[in-house]
Amino acid sequence: MKTSITRTHLAGLLGLSLLLPLPAMADYPEKPITLIVPWAAGGGTDATARTIAAALEEELGQTVNVVNRTGGSGVVGHTAMTMAKPDGYTLGLITGEINMMHWQGLTQLTYKDYTPIAQINYDYAGIQVAADGPFDSVQSLVDQVKSEPARTYTASGTGQGGVWHLAFAGFLLDQGLEADRVSWIPSQGAAPAMTEMAAGSIDIVPSSVPEGRSMVDAGKAKSLAIMAPERLDSFPDVPTLKEAIGSDYTIGEWRGIAGPKGMDPAVVDTLEKAVEAAYNSDTYQSFMSKQGFGTEWRGADDFGKFMAEQDERFGKIVEQVGLAK
Amino acid sequence: MVFNAQTMLVIVAASVFGLFVGAIPGLTATMAVALLVPITFYMDATPAIAAIVATSAMAIFAGDIPGTYLNIPGTPASAAYVGESYRLAQKGRARETLGTNLVCSVIGGLFGTLVLVFVSPSLAEMALNFSSFEYFWLALLGLSSSIFIAIGSRVKAFLSLTVGLLLSTVGLDMMSGAPRFTFGVPDLMAGVNFIPVMIGMFALNEIMMFYGSRTEARHVPVMTKDSVFSMAPKHIRTYWRNILRGSSLGTLIGALPGAGADIAAWIAYAMGKSRSKEKEKYGTGHIEGIVDASSANNSGISGAWVPALVFGIPGDTITAIVIGVLYMKGMNPGPTIFMNGGGQVYALFTVFFVANLIMLPIGYLAIRASKVFILTPRKMLMPLILSFCIVGAFAINNSITDIWIMLIIGMVAFVLARNDFPMAPAILGLVLGSTLENSFMSSMLKSNGDMLAFFERPISAALGALVILIWVLPSLIRLFRHWRRPSQSSPENDRKNYRKPRSS
Repeated sequence: MKTSITRTHLAGLLGLSLLLPLPAMADYPEKPITLIVPWAAGGGTDATARTIAAALEEELGQTVNVVNRTGGSGVVGHTAMTMAKPDGYTLGLITGEINMMHWQGLTQLTYKDYTPIAQINYDYAGIQVAADGPFDSVQSLVDQVKSEPARTYTASGTGQGGVWHLAFAGFLLDQGLEADRVSWIPSQGAAPAMTEMAAGSIDIVPSSVPEGRSMVDAGKAKSLAIMAPERLDSFPDVPTLKEAIGSDYTIGEWRGIAGPKGMDPAVVDTLEKAVEAAYNSDTYQSFMSKQGFGTEWRGADDFGKFMAEQDERFGKIVEQVGLAK
Repeated sequence: MVFNAQTMLVIVAASVFGLFVGAIPGLTATMAVALLVPITFYMDATPAIAAIVATSAMAIFAGDIPGTYLNIPGTPASAAYVGESYRLAQKGRARETLGTNLVCSVIGGLFGTLVLVFVSPSLAEMALNFSSFEYFWLALLGLSSSIFIAIGSRVKAFLSLTVGLLLSTVGLDMMSGAPRFTFGVPDLMAGVNFIPVMIGMFALNEIMMFYGSRTEARHVPVMTKDSVFSMAPKHIRTYWRNILRGSSLGTLIGALPGAGADIAAWIAYAMGKSRSKEKEKYGTGHIEGIVDASSANNSGISGAWVPALVFGIPGDTITAIVIGVLYMKGMNPGPTIFMNGGGQVYALFTVFFVANLIMLPIGYLAIRASKVFILTPRKMLMPLILSFCIVGAFAINNSITDIWIMLIIGMVAFVLARNDFPMAPAILGLVLGSTLENSFMSSMLKSNGDMLAFFERPISAALGALVILIWVLPSLIRLFRHWRRPSQSSPENDRKNYRKPRSS
């Protein structure tokens, strides 16, 4: 949560003593870069950001400080990134929430407020249930949700309108059920939801599979399926939705590096190359595979297009779930 | 893995670092650990963990030093008993107080470590059975106790609590996804962080009190006969039960996700007071109140590692950072940590013992050196503390909004404190307010609005009964006394009547 304080704190102290503006830059980058993370230290996004920052440091030869700006379902951090100067020294790790929040009236920000640099990760939604719970397969889950009265079962994993809420609501719609047939219990994130599930007060956690991993390893939960086109290398035993019930539905959370709107194309180019090298580095790849996080690369242009597509898709889900404002 | 020059050096350096950060009001143990993280990148796993353990343990103790000399807690974990230790210092017993504090901290830390080593798996299992129903009662228990431990008027304590609860409603409501009291400021979407509030309430308030009074009257005397450790054995003999109770309570609360050393100290202080034979001495500078809470906050630090190590679920804000560091070092927290990295886990346990024991000599030197708080004129100290307050408030989120929150709360707190409103319930209201609300709301959603669900799970029912008992106990006692008075007289009359014929 507060790992951010670290360097920034030092930077703050230093800043107090040297209140001098730095001269205009000739060769980018010539001073440390700040990477804003809209989620708390210790979570999946934070870990991804720190690893890519470490790899990026080697590529750019400059310190990359990770700063966590948390809270407000990601609004605070995502806003902070756009308010920085588009000089390439403040970047952000943006997440799929940018395509969800504005549909729900939480912020005016959309993907158009950023300069896309690269997408570095994609985590598909999974379906986690308690090890001793009532479901032993996706089919039995769908059947029981269908046969029991609405709101018998509960699911959790993000706040209201967060990525796993929308992912699961989309799944229910895909199965021809109402989006709110399973009660959504908002939570701070996947980890507390997994804890609640282990304590027996929640039935389903539709988070990504790695987020549920510690409870699965502890024998308290199991992953029934993953909403992905193919099985993950890190979790070869978890079937895809297609294999389990023949559905083509796929959905997930992505993460990417972006800057404020209006960055110099030359700087974007430098950063895109550096991020690509960082993405392909052993540090990043081995960390991600160890954690079970999915890697997916998109360069600046593709990333921009991808965000536009996702934005439209999530807009529809938000509307069908009844959260649109 | 532990007893080599590098690791030992790291432990000593980290302890000294933790000492300084902890002793500076406004900078917390969490912040000390956070400051360390970039340095740990360049270390092996064992010294990295050693640095974190030593820093956090030392910072929690060091928070007592400014608390004792200046009435400003160095860290939130010292806030519960700062009144006691400051009054003791005014009586010229500052060193004795800090010495006892140090010994209790070490014992508490070692107790927590023993628990971590021996019962961590089963304890984590128990904490893991807590769902929103149990958390609701736990939050209510914490809030109720904050009113009952308050010195002075309970009505004022309750009003102070509502101020904290009101602050806790600011921000994006997790349940409905609606922003509340944000006034269009994006930073407020995240709610009011309790660190700037704490700094405002305790440090800024104290600075304003000082300038408001314009005297050096609140001077802490130094006495030559006041020595650090000479009274400690006596206090430990007298209060060993308190140490044991505080330590076990602290470990348990530390192990519960979401509650850390600060809440452990509050609850231990309240528990100590309610079980004490000398309740009337509490609030006047009574060493007993310090013993409980001082053991509890250090054992809470160790206790928080239990769920962090066994399930990768942080027990407090420090271990939330620790989990990130563990991942970086390839020691993935989770049940497998005991299988794959068994050796490293045992090195970690050893580090805990060493780091807690090393607190004795370093803490002793710190107490001897802390005369600086008395020798330095307050006129010089206060502006320095104010600048640390501002840096501290900013550093939590790198946000100017937090500095404003700190300043505004400080002024509100000044008015409240001048009118004898206790500050503690407000802080606890802010810390536990969102837990209370969210756990209530999600419980209601789960049970489709059935209130009886709060009594359906065994632990939840027990906690609920405990809370209700605490609420009705004062009335029950009054009723009991009322009922006893007439009934007391009747057996006596009977006896008299009975005796009369005998005597006649």
